[in-house]
Amino acid sequence: MTVFGIPLPAILGQLTLGLVNGSFYALLSLGLAVIFGLLGIVNFAHGAFYMLGAFAAYLGLQAFGVNYWFALILAPLAVGILGVIIERLFLRRLYGQDPLYGLLLTFGVALIAEGIMRDQFGSSGKSYPVPGLLRGVVDLGFMVLPIYRGWVVLASLSICATTWFLIERTRLGATLRAATENARLVQAFGINVPLMVTLTYGAGVALAALAGVLAAPVVQVSPLMGSSLVIVVFAVVVIGGMGSIVGAIVSGLALGLIEGLTKVIYPEASNIVVFVIMAVVLIFRPAGLFGRE
Amino acid sequence: MKNASAAAALAAIWTIFSAQAGAAGDPVVIGDIDDLSGVYADASGQGGIEAANMAIADFGGSVLGRKIVLMTADHQNKPDIGASKFREWADQNGLNMLLGGSNTGVSIAMAKVAGAKKVPFIAIGAGGASLTGVDCTAYSIHYAYDTTALANGTASVIVKGGGKTWYFITADYAFGTQLQEAATRVVTANGGKILGAVRAPLGTTDYSSFLLQAQASGAQVLGLSNAGTDFSNSLKAAAEFGITKTMKPAALLAFISDIHSVTLETAQGLYLTTAWYWDLNAETREFGKRFFAKMKKEPTMDQAAYYSATTQYLKAVQAAGSTDPDKVMAELKKTRINDLFTKNGYVRADGLMVHDMYVMQVKTPAESKYPWDYYKVIKIMPGEEADGAQPDPACALIKK
Repeated sequence: MTVFGIPLPAILGQLTLGLVNGSFYALLSLGLAVIFGLLGIVNFAHGAFYMLGAFAAYLGLQAFGVNYWFALILAPLAVGILGVIIERLFLRRLYGQDPLYGLLLTFGVALIAEGIMRDQFGSSGKSYPVPGLLRGVVDLGFMVLPIYRGWVVLASLSICATTWFLIERTRLGATLRAATENARLVQAFGINVPLMVTLTYGAGVALAALAGVLAAPVVQVSPLMGSSLVIVVFAVVVIGGMGSIVGAIVSGLALGLIEGLTKVIYPEASNIVVFVIMAVVLIFRPAGLFGRE
Repeated sequence: MKNASAAAALAAIWTIFSAQAGAAGDPVVIGDIDDLSGVYADASGQGGIEAANMAIADFGGSVLGRKIVLMTADHQNKPDIGASKFREWADQNGLNMLLGGSNTGVSIAMAKVAGAKKVPFIAIGAGGASLTGVDCTAYSIHYAYDTTALANGTASVIVKGGGKTWYFITADYAFGTQLQEAATRVVTANGGKILGAVRAPLGTTDYSSFLLQAQASGAQVLGLSNAGTDFSNSLKAAAEFGITKTMKPAALLAFISDIHSVTLETAQGLYLTTAWYWDLNAETREFGKRFFAKMKKEPTMDQAAYYSATTQYLKAVQAAGSTDPDKVMAELKKTRINDLFTKNGYVRADGLMVHDMYVMQVKTPAESKYPWDYYKVIKIMPGEEADGAQPDPACALIKK
C-alpha cells in the first residue's frame, strides 16, 4: 500500500519520528510560551538554556558521576537557578519596556553562553550515553524504534500536560494569570508578585534545560545545539499563538509530524517547511492558531 | 558617469599605494579566514591559528628582515563574509598570503578574490575538488585534502572489500555534493551501485528520518557525505537505531576531533581517509606533543597542514627574495614539500598539493592503548593514486 507513491510503513515510520521531534518542540515552546505569556519577555536565550541543560547533564556525569535520572532533576534545577539570577540582575529592569529590549538582552545572554561553552568544550561537542535502562530498540512492525526515543515522547507529553494543568487548572496558575493581567491588584491581595515572576522565569528556563537533558543522549551535546533549534521553536510558538500554552503544545507536535513527512517527500525543504507554515498562518490568523486577537 | 571615473581614479591611486606596501620594513602579513565558531571550528579554527603561530615562531618571527604578522577572522561559514574580509585585507592591510577555508562554499568565494587581487590563497579546511578544477586560479593552492582523494581512499577500499551497494546521506551544499559525486564515480567504476541519496540541510541535528530511508533502500554501505557535527550526529543516530549493525558506515570525511567527540564506542570499525595522523612517526608525534601542550588536544590533519603551509610559504618568500605573488607562486610550484605534514609533496599546475593520503580504520575501545590512540593504517595511498597525476582539465590554467 502506498500514499503519495511512498510505502505506508515509511510514512508511519516518519510520523513516529516526527512525533519524537514534535515532543522536543512542544517541550521547548512550552517554556517559551509560559515566559512570554506571563512575563511578556521574548526569551531568545531559550536555546542556550536547552544547551546548558544538556551540558549540565554531561558535566554532572563526567565530574560527579551523577546518572541520567538524577540529572533529569538536578540539571534543570541548576540551570533554573541561573535563570533566576539573570532575571533578578537584568531582566527585571526591562519590564514594561518595549519587548525588543528583552529580546536583545536574552539574545546577548545566548551568545555569551554559547561562546563560553565553545571556548571550554570546542564546537564538535561531547557524547552523552543512553541510560542503561532505556538502551535497545523495539520493533513496531513498520519500523525499529530505539526505546529511548519512545521515552522522550512519554516524558515530554506528561511534562506538557502537567504544566498545562498547573497553569490553567490550579489556584497557583490562576494567581499567576491574574498577576499578568493586573499585577498591582494581585499584589494588593498580599501576594509577592515580583517573586512569583522570578520563579516563573526560572521554571520556564528549567523546562528548556529539561528538554536539553532529554536530548543529550540522542544528539551531540554541542554549544550550538540550541541556536539551530531556537528559531524553529519560535516559529512554533508564533504558529500556536504567542503565550498560548495549549497552542505551543499542539503546534509543536503537529509541526514535528509535518516536518517528518517533508523529510520523505522533499528532504531539502525540511528545514524551511516550519517557516512556510508560519508565514501562511500569519497571513490568515495574525495572532496564531490558538492566540487571542 | 563623472562619479564613476572619479571612483576609478581613486581605485587606481589606491592600487599604486597597495602595490608599494611590499617595501622593506613593512611586515609580511599572513591572514587566516576560517570557521572559528561554527560546526567546523574544531577541525581547524583556533587550533589552525595556533599551528600557524607555531610555524611563524619556528621560522624566527621574520623573513627577509621583515616581521611576520598573522591576522585572523571568522567567516561564520558565510561566503560573503569570507570574500569581503579577504578583499578588505588585500586592499587595506597589505595582505601577502591568505590561509583558510573550512567550508568549500566560502573557499570558492575567497579563491575568486585571490585571482582578482593576486594574493596567494592556500585553502586548507575545505574539501571541494573544484577549487583546483572549475574554480581554480593562478593564486590558489589546495593544500590538505580534497573530495577526490577522500573518495579514492574510503570508497575504493570499501567497494573492493565487498561493499557494493551504497546509500548516501549528503550535506546539502557544494562540499557534500562534490564529495558524493566523487564517491559515486569510484563506487560505479569498481562495479558497485548507488541505491539512493538524501540531501540533508547543513546543521541538521535529527538524522533519524534520513537513516530510516537509507535502511529501507537495502544498501550495504551508508556513505556519510558530510563533516563536523553533521557527521557526528548522523553516525550517532545510525548507531542508536541499530543501523550500523546492518549497514557498514563509511565516513567520507571525518577529523580526529570528530572521532574524539563521538567516542570509539560509536565510531569503532569506521573507515576514513586522512592526510595526516599525529601517531604516524616520531616527527608527527613530536608536533602532536607540542600542539597538545598548548591546545590540550591532538592536532587534526588541517591543523598540521596550517603549520606546513605557513612554513612552506615563508620558505618560498625567502627563496624568491620577495613577497611578489607571482614569484612566490612559482617558487611554491617548483619546490618539493618535505616536512612533518608530508614527504615529497608537490603543487600541481592546477594548484592541488599532491601528497600521500592514509586510509584508516577506527580502533575498537579494546585496541586503543593510550589517549588519542584512535586509528590503524589500512592503506597508504600515494598522491598520484589519491588525486591522479594529471591536473584537472576543468581548470582554465591547464593548456589543452
